[in-house]
Amino acid sequence: MIECIQRVGSVWQRNLEAFLRTYRVNFIPPFIEPLLYLLALGFGLGTYIEAVDGVPYPVFIAPALVSISVMNSAFYECTYSSFVRMYYQKTFDAIIATPVSIDEVIAGEMIWGATRGVIYAGLMLPVLILFGVAAMPSSLLLIPFAFIAGLLFAGIAMCFTAITPSIETLNYPSFLFITPMFLFSGTFFPLELLPDAVRCAALAALPLTHVVEINRAITLEAVSAANLLNLAWIAVATAIFCSLAIRLMRRRLVV
Amino acid sequence: MGMHPLSWQTRDPDQILYLPAVQSAAPRTPHREARRAKECCIQKNPSLILEGERIGDIIAAHDLEKRFGDVAAVDRVSFRVREGEVFGFLGPNGAGKTTTMKMIQCISPKSGGSLEVFGMDVDTHPREIKSRIGVVPQENNLDPDFTAYRNLLVYARYFGIPKSVAEERAERLLGFMRLEEKRDVLIEKLSGGMKRRLIVARALVNEPELLILDEPTIGLDPQARHLIWETLRGLRAEGNTLVLTTHYLDEAERLCDRLVIMDHGRILIEGAPAEIVHEYAGNEVIEIERTEKTAALLDKLGVAYDVAGDMLQVFTDRADEIVGELLDLCRHEAAITVRPATLEDVFLRLTGRKLRE
Repeated sequence: MIECIQRVGSVWQRNLEAFLRTYRVNFIPPFIEPLLYLLALGFGLGTYIEAVDGVPYPVFIAPALVSISVMNSAFYECTYSSFVRMYYQKTFDAIIATPVSIDEVIAGEMIWGATRGVIYAGLMLPVLILFGVAAMPSSLLLIPFAFIAGLLFAGIAMCFTAITPSIETLNYPSFLFITPMFLFSGTFFPLELLPDAVRCAALAALPLTHVVEINRAITLEAVSAANLLNLAWIAVATAIFCSLAIRLMRRRLVV
Repeated sequence: MGMHPLSWQTRDPDQILYLPAVQSAAPRTPHREARRAKECCIQKNPSLILEGERIGDIIAAHDLEKRFGDVAAVDRVSFRVREGEVFGFLGPNGAGKTTTMKMIQCISPKSGGSLEVFGMDVDTHPREIKSRIGVVPQENNLDPDFTAYRNLLVYARYFGIPKSVAEERAERLLGFMRLEEKRDVLIEKLSGGMKRRLIVARALVNEPELLILDEPTIGLDPQARHLIWETLRGLRAEGNTLVLTTHYLDEAERLCDRLVIMDHGRILIEGAPAEIVHEYAGNEVIEIERTEKTAALLDKLGVAYDVAGDMLQVFTDRADEIVGELLDLCRHEAAITVRPATLEDVFLRLTGRKLRE
């Protein structure tokens, strides 16, 4: 068991070291992008919006920005970046010639994807605190929760990576799944505005809705029992997608 | 009679050395060489593999098979690799060499038969086997995100090698492969030969008992090839077991203690390079310019020959005698050369001259 963790860890550490080697390009964008959204939407457009459910608009969208950033970092890490490592760099082939198995490689990749979510959430938090749009100290919980949410999106992403024929076809999940989620998961307007049927569909099929609800409860210091349902949904979906990803990858790579 | 320039034809039906058929059906007229081929085919006696000489066998394959749908990429092959030898797999593209390597490395599950490495079943003990082998893959899959030195460290970590040990080994291996100066250079800045040397260094990072090299010198210049050969001979001298595939027959002749020639997923022959050459091509090859007259002359002399493009080739142990007779009859009319037979002659006779994709 310890050896298994070490092997998964060796894959994770490989990615961490590669990430740190190019830390400048890796650290600036996650810092800048939410800042732009916060300025344009929160403090720009937001001046026309008095309040959403009694909450100032920048405060309303702040937890959504963290959620989106976690989703994007984990999802894109485990789609495009993992695909490049698997298909173009043959890094997975090199690793499975050692005692590390393909299952452990994929587990390490997904845990690394989740770790990127944590890093990005950690980078964003000081910005949100600076703008006074995240309550402290409860908002510190954003960071550990970013790992759970990150693992969910990493698992989903890895399933797509396992079945995609080429790097171009990864654009489908990117535009047809990630973009709608970005807009319709209670991110920039409350889910309650949607017709009941659409709202239920969003809760059932868009993982980001659950992540946004939990993150919003954290930054508004309003965690309730209802959030346990969100957490349960995330836990079940994460377990399903992560194990499915390993199975699909085994099918793709063990021939 | 129209003849494809690349075709390889034999006029005397008794001389047809059609070895791919040897394993499936006996040739119509068993010739000395064909019969020997059959004897030599290691399909000969399974009990030999199961009982004899198991101790000292690093790899033991029996009726090993790999199927992709209906296609048999490796079709019930049997072979043994002994401790401390350099064992080669030769064959045209698509012969099944790389697939066999992948099964030995435990990264591609076999479809049938048995395969043991270090006396362990590849299906049940992949992790133990993989920890004791080093692999030089056909494709360069060094990690482009890291320098030469870090490539070795990161790779050592996959084996669970402690950091201090890995650092010491990485420095030593860079020196061994003459890459000290490239220690902190990113992979993309290395030449083809340097990359290949670094891959060999990487394959040694776990101090393997068995080294598997799939086309180790592909695409290298002569200097780089010689350095790799030197290294491999050095490793062999230290008692390591090496298994390699290659297209380069001079490479196989120089390095291998024993080798097999594969085609269409099957092993055609097995043996030491010199023995193989002697048995399947004779000591010498007479090459005669192909004209109607020379062909008729050979027929008249009762000498069997192969047609290779614009040449007639006679594989023989009595070259002096035949050349003497030829010179008497057609001096100044056709170019005649005599040279020692090589593994390449055997290879082409066995696998044909048709191009493979």
